Amino acid sequence: MSDSLQPSLRFDGREVPFRDGQTVGAALMATGIASWRTTRRGGEPRGLFCGIGVCFDCLVTVDAQRDQRACLVPARDGQDVRTGDPREALPSQPEAAPLSRSQPDPQPASPEEDE
Amino acid sequence: MTTESDVIVVGAGPAGLSAAVTAAEGGIRVAMIDAAGQPGGQFWRHPDENNLGSFDKDESTGHHHWGRFRDLRSRFRRLVEQGAITYLPGRQVWRAERDGADRVVAHTSVVAGRETFPAADRAIIGRRLIIATGAYDRQLPVPGWTLPGAMAAGGVQALLKANQVSAGRRAIVAGTGPFLMSVAAGLADAGVDVVAVCDINSLARWAATPWRAMQEPGKLLEGAAYARTFVTQRIPFRMRTAVTEIRGTSRVEQVVTQRVDANGSPISGSERVVDVDLVALGWGFTPQLELAVGLGLETRVDVDGSLVAVVDDDQRTSDPVVFAAGETTGIGGAVQSCAEGELAARAVVGELGRSRTSRGSGDARGAISAGGRREDPGVAGTSARLRRRIARGRRFAVGMHLASPVPPGWTNWLRPSTIVCRCEEVTAGEITHTVRDLGADDPRDVRVTARPGMGWCQGRVCGYPLSKLVEAETGCAGDLVPLSKRPIGAPVRLGDIADHA
Repeated sequence: MSDSLQPSLRFDGREVPFRDGQTVGAALMATGIASWRTTRRGGEPRGLFCGIGVCFDCLVTVDAQRDQRACLVPARDGQDVRTGDPREALPSQPEAAPLSRSQPDPQPASPEEDE
Repeated sequence: MTTESDVIVVGAGPAGLSAAVTAAEGGIRVAMIDAAGQPGGQFWRHPDENNLGSFDKDESTGHHHWGRFRDLRSRFRRLVEQGAITYLPGRQVWRAERDGADRVVAHTSVVAGRETFPAADRAIIGRRLIIATGAYDRQLPVPGWTLPGAMAAGGVQALLKANQVSAGRRAIVAGTGPFLMSVAAGLADAGVDVVAVCDINSLARWAATPWRAMQEPGKLLEGAAYARTFVTQRIPFRMRTAVTEIRGTSRVEQVVTQRVDANGSPISGSERVVDVDLVALGWGFTPQLELAVGLGLETRVDVDGSLVAVVDDDQRTSDPVVFAAGETTGIGGAVQSCAEGELAARAVVGELGRSRTSRGSGDARGAISAGGRREDPGVAGTSARLRRRIARGRRFAVGMHLASPVPPGWTNWLRPSTIVCRCEEVTAGEITHTVRDLGADDPRDVRVTARPGMGWCQGRVCGYPLSKLVEAETGCAGDLVPLSKRPIGAPVRLGDIADHA
C-alpha cells in the first residue's frame, strides 16, 4: 500500500496514519504518541496501560463521543480524536453528546504531544 | 425486539466460544455477547479479520493452539449464519439479574462509540447463563508505574497480537509467572530489544511440585519454545529480581531493578539502573467476576489469591441456572477454559435439549445419571473425559500458582507518594494514613474513606494491591467480595439507565 493511500485520523489536528483494523490507541502508539490524557488531580500524562478496556486510563474524545477507550475504538479514516477540554464545542457534532457519568475535568487538559 | 435464547454466553474467548459452539450444535438457541468485535477473547486476540491485508504478519503470529481457535471460529461462524447463535459483538454486559420467571436478564451497552441498539433491544433474556468473562492482568503498584510506557504485560501483548504494534523499542518485562516469558518472546520476535525478564520468584519453585508440572506436557513444550527464543534472542532471565522504581518525566526512561530476599523485599545495594522505554508488568491474573458477584453467586479465594466463582462438576454455580467457565472459576489457561466451556454447555444441553423435542435428533435420548442429572449417554462419556481433562489442568494450574506467588515484601518498594489507585490518584501514604490514623480497618472501609477503587475502573486494577496493603497494616486478610462488587459492571451512560427504567 502506498503512503498516499494510507488512512489517517486527526489527533488534536495532527495527522496520524494507521493501518485499517488498528485501534486508535495502537495508531497513536505506532506514531510515537505515548500519552493523551491528563489526570484530574495531579495533571499527569496517561496513555495505554491495560490495553484491553479494563483500566480506562486511555480515555479520549472520538468524533464528539467523550470518554472513549482508545485501546478499543477502531481507527477510521478522517476520525476526529481529541484530548482537549471535553466541554469545548465540537464542529462536527451531529447531536448533543449524551450524559456521561463523570464530571467534566475541573481544568482544561493539556495535550501531551511528542514533537 | 428483545433477544430471547436458551442460553446466554458472555465472552467469546476460549471458554465462551467452546460453550457457544457446543450448545448450538446440541440444538439449543444461543445468544453470544462479547465486548470485542470478533471472537477470540484476550488469549486469541488477533488482527481485524476484515482488514487482514493491511497487516504484515499472519493473524496467527504469536499464538498458541491457533488450530483449535480456527476450528472453533469456523464452527461459530457457521452457526451464526444458520441463526443458531445470535452474535452480539462489541457489547458489554453491565448487569445480569434474575427475573421472576427463573430466567436471566443481561443488560448490555455498546463498548465503543454511539449506542446503536434501541433501548428495548439492549436486554438479552436467557433460560441459562454461562459466564465466560475471562481475566485481566493483576497489578502491583511501583513508584512511577503511572508513567506512559509502563503497561500491563497483557496490554503489551494485545497491541502486538491485534495491532502488530510494539509499545516500545527497548523493554523490560517484570512481575511473576510464565506469562512474562510469553510476552517477552512476543516482543523479541517483533524486533523489540528485551533487556531482561525479571521474575520475583525463583524457577526452582517449580521443582518443588514436579508432578504438577508434568501434568501438562503441552505447557512444557510451550516453555521449551520460549526458552529457545530466550537463547537465540539473548534475553536475560533474572530470578528473584523486581522492578522497584520506574523513572521518567513525560514517559518511561529508566527502571531500577533490585534483587529480593526470600520475603520478596528489595535488597538494598543490589540496585541496577536500566534504560528502557517500555515496562511490561504482570503479577498473574484477576478473573472478571462482577457478573458473578452481582448475581450473588458463591465465591472462594483461589490458591493465587484471586476471587473465583464456585462451581460443581458441571460448571454450575450456586445459582442452578448460572454456569461459569474458564478463568472465572480459577486461572488455568486456554485449554482448560475450552474444556470447562464445553462441559458447561453439555450440562445446559442436557437440561434444555430434553424439553425441545422438536429439535435435533440427539434430544430424545435422555437418561437420568447417578447424580440425578439428565445426560445423553454419549454426552456423559465425553463429559467424564472433560472432567478428567479439567482435573489434570487444575493440578498444573495449582502448581503454577504455588510457583509464582506474590510475596508480601513487595510493599517495601512503595513510597508514601506512590500512586496505588490510578483513577482517583490515591497514594500509598494516604491509604496507610487512613488505616493508621482514621481507623479504617478493612479494604472496603479504606475505599469509602480515601476513595481508592472508586474511579473509572472501579478497583479492577487497585483492588488486589489495596487489599494486600490493608492486610499488611492490619494483619487481617480483607474480604475480596466487596472489592469485586460493581452493581454496574461497566460504565454506562445515565441515558441508558433512564431508558431502561
